[in-house]
Amino acid sequence: MEQLYNNLSLQFELNDFMLRHGTQASFIAKREQLVSLLTNLRDIHGYTHLVMVTCVDWLEDKLFQLTYIVHNHHDQSDIIVKVLIDRDMPEMDSIHHLWEQGRVFQRELHEMFGISFPGSPGQDEPMILEGWQGPPPMRRDFDTKEYCEANYSNRERDSREPEEHMQRKLYPED
Amino acid sequence: MIDNEINYDSEPVANAGDNSSNPTTSAYPDWRKDDNTLTNAGLPDEEQEWFCDARPQPARKSWQPIEDFLNWARANSLWILAFGTGCGAIELRPLVTSRYDISRLGMQPRPTPRQANVFMIGGYVSIKTLKRIVRSYEQMQGPKFVVAVCSCAINGGMYWDSYNTVKRIDEYIPVDVYVTGCMPRPEAVLAGFTKLKELIKAGKAEGQNLYAEKFDWYKENQKKVIKDWNMPDYNW
Repeated sequence: MEQLYNNLSLQFELNDFMLRHGTQASFIAKREQLVSLLTNLRDIHGYTHLVMVTCVDWLEDKLFQLTYIVHNHHDQSDIIVKVLIDRDMPEMDSIHHLWEQGRVFQRELHEMFGISFPGSPGQDEPMILEGWQGPPPMRRDFDTKEYCEANYSNRERDSREPEEHMQRKLYPED
Repeated sequence: MIDNEINYDSEPVANAGDNSSNPTTSAYPDWRKDDNTLTNAGLPDEEQEWFCDARPQPARKSWQPIEDFLNWARANSLWILAFGTGCGAIELRPLVTSRYDISRLGMQPRPTPRQANVFMIGGYVSIKTLKRIVRSYEQMQGPKFVVAVCSCAINGGMYWDSYNTVKRIDEYIPVDVYVTGCMPRPEAVLAGFTKLKELIKAGKAEGQNLYAEKFDWYKENQKKVIKDWNMPDYNW
């Protein structure tokens, strides 16, 4: 894996290399180079399987970290490519032309984090949140409890101490 | 058994203040044309004539001995539409298979709302699911009953602070029997159905009439949370 990383470093601007379990490598790539890096990994190095695309919200640093995981079926190794993008103007290049299923992940990220992937098919259609009007709910500055209390009513709880309740129920004469 | 008292005079849940900013305060909300007609405003023009614009009416009661006989018959043929919204749907499998075998009690699962008269909601209800629940419930033929299984359907359960899960299903459709538990054992679900049978025989499972009488209240509540209403106001 180190050799692969060193080879890729000649071509792309990478840093923060980390290796876990011998087969799981992760590094940070530049945003502009991501699509060509993934194309390179898929076509030349055999990482043909897109496992997932997900996002981490670094609220304090004002960054979104997009995480792409690709898998190689020949030596069962994974590569985790991380890309940091601006949180205020979240926009990223689409990878749906490399992997067809990428558009599903991108649609979800658009809905849950408000990240835009120009050209990704159907990303403006609602996927899970039909008719959602609030801010993207998986961002860390979205207060889910506050939203819940403002929109859905609560049922008052009638709590009982289990020991006393069962005592009264089973042995009412005591 | 959960205390099922609902204050129907209360403002519809959530954001009751929103309407006050609306200057066009006509006597009817935008989904009602007059006392008996619905507008179906959420539908596109070409679908308007596919659906009826009448609202549901409470069923008339017949002579009491006949009504008792009908209730006895209803209680002994419960056809279940299981709406597997959450993990509680798993409990229906042991219920219908050989171990607990509910067909000996006159119950059986049905695949479509048109053939069923017991709506079993198995778990948490998100907004997207609520839309399907309302539509399925209104499509069921009367007399119809609702059994809500699991604590999520009662008070939100572990989704008590979720942005997308309603916490009380009985504000959107009327519920006859609750089965508590996370998740309830099949015995508990059976006990719930037995309780439902008792209620039906006593003539107390009037959820369908309640829905027709308080249709405005239920519909306002549904419209508060379902923001993209693109189905008929009452689905037949």
